[in-house]
Amino acid sequence: MVSEVISRVGAMTGHAVQARGLVKRYGDVTAVAGVDVDVPEGTVLALLGPNGAGKTTTVRMLTTLLVPDEGTATVAGVDVVKDPREVRRRIGLSGQYAAVDENLTGFENLDMVGRLYHLGRRRARERARELLEQFRLTGAADRVAKTYSGGMRRRLDLAGALVAQPPVLFLDEPTTGLDPRSRNDMWELLTTMVSGGTTLLLTTQYLEEAERLADDIVVIDHGRVIARGTADELKTQVGGQRVELVVAADHEVATAVEALRPLAVGEVQVDRRARRVTVPVSGGTPALVDALRRLEQAGVVPLDAGLRRPTMDDVFLTLTGKPAEELVTEQEGADA
Amino acid sequence: MSSLGTALADGSVVAKRNLIKIKRIPDLLVGTLISPIMFILLFGYVFGGAIEVPGGNYREFLVPGIFAQTVIFGATITGAGLADDMQKGIIERFRSLPMAQSAVLVGRTTSDIATNVIVTVIMSLTGLVIGWRIRTSFLDAVVGYLLLLLFAYAISWCMALLGLLIRTPEAFNNLTFITIFPITFVTNAFVPLETFPSVLRTVAEWNPVSTLVQAAREQFGNVPPGTVTDAWPLANPLLYTLAWIVVILLVFIPLATRQYRRAAAR
Repeated sequence: MVSEVISRVGAMTGHAVQARGLVKRYGDVTAVAGVDVDVPEGTVLALLGPNGAGKTTTVRMLTTLLVPDEGTATVAGVDVVKDPREVRRRIGLSGQYAAVDENLTGFENLDMVGRLYHLGRRRARERARELLEQFRLTGAADRVAKTYSGGMRRRLDLAGALVAQPPVLFLDEPTTGLDPRSRNDMWELLTTMVSGGTTLLLTTQYLEEAERLADDIVVIDHGRVIARGTADELKTQVGGQRVELVVAADHEVATAVEALRPLAVGEVQVDRRARRVTVPVSGGTPALVDALRRLEQAGVVPLDAGLRRPTMDDVFLTLTGKPAEELVTEQEGADA
Repeated sequence: MSSLGTALADGSVVAKRNLIKIKRIPDLLVGTLISPIMFILLFGYVFGGAIEVPGGNYREFLVPGIFAQTVIFGATITGAGLADDMQKGIIERFRSLPMAQSAVLVGRTTSDIATNVIVTVIMSLTGLVIGWRIRTSFLDAVVGYLLLLLFAYAISWCMALLGLLIRTPEAFNNLTFITIFPITFVTNAFVPLETFPSVLRTVAEWNPVSTLVQAAREQFGNVPPGTVTDAWPLANPLLYTLAWIVVILLVFIPLATRQYRRAAAR
């Protein structure tokens, strides 16, 4: 009864996921410090942040695996704390580590999940076959998952999350550790899936992935939301445009920086190894023309020059004070 | 479907999955069988000559003891399996499904009974080969086997708790190895208690593994005629062992269930 009422409320607001003030502490460490998330039905939201930012913890709270210390959340209209079992009926989850049983075949894995969703014996089998087909695993259906490649395991795990055709799907770093080709495959699969109307919340530490898949991006760091919006909005939020140029010789970098400093509306960035100079400007293409003229006067002929909008890397740099690469490497170092 | 029906159905799905694993990795079963067979041969033929059984045949005395030790080791699969599933994220997947959450533990402990049935059959055949015989009625023998399996089932729940606490299969296996050996050796399983120093003897007399072995010997008709059973547990082994089984189940089912919820929700 109650869940029906809530579900109607959810339908009215049109949000598949709605979380307010989620907090999770582990002893003295606050993993998630008050996160709000809204995912409108049929859209994709990316939780973007470095490892340890609180992405996984947030997803685990939304998928009933963890009880939040504070805050509330409804998923598909159902309260995650009050009625976790009903939430589980309506969601699919694919975790950071492909949770497939490596001693079962691909078919057996999906069949088992179907049975545990209570699809019934026959429907569970049918569904397993359908998914194996959809995820291009039919040829490997009767091989034990131990023999699968990393990409195949991920696909099988994702298929497991889709067994019950849930309206809301949670994917925790769906492509971490995949090679570029498998990652592209996965992106294509996900794009097809969302075009069918599934609501998707995914976490990622790849800017490119968030930009490519998500309608909305929530950037979190140290358990807090530090920015949210579409990729475009985030870029606008970071502001302006940049003149980016590459010079031919190392000694020209300093000359170029000197020549362009008067144009800059923010800090000039230099990548010495690539001999690349990035200058935040205002005023669009005339600023580029101006920049080229100044370089000419300084006697520098750039190899490459252009005007561009901020990339997600700039967004990250501005929001967290660190470039994305650095965040990722730093965390990987800490994990090892 | 009623919630009990759901729980049973889900439990059987999980149990089936565990049994497929035994089929796929027969090494697990072989590993469980190698050491008891080795024990039968070592004790039966190497140490056996030096061990006096008052008025009886040592090998016949030995086999029920080995049965007890084997099914107890068989029960450790419960903990190792759960630790493995925790480590590989399978439990996480189960937890995200709308299944009866009791099914993971119920399915696990149930499938481990099946493993122990297979193990018991193979050990019985090995026993028959070296001269062990059932000298009682069919029904008595069935009760003996059921008691062994029931005791192992209770131990499975202890192992479930341990496996969920320890979370890594390797560490779990090391721990069970060093705990189960003393527990099964300070008993009448291999040597008559008459030879034990007095304190150790008292410990052994009240050790439920001793009474399990004693009960099994009684049910199979393998008690050497000269055995002294002054101690109450050994004089009433079936009752005493059943009481232990009940107590273990009452204590460890709730503890393991609570630990499952906790361990999975970290």
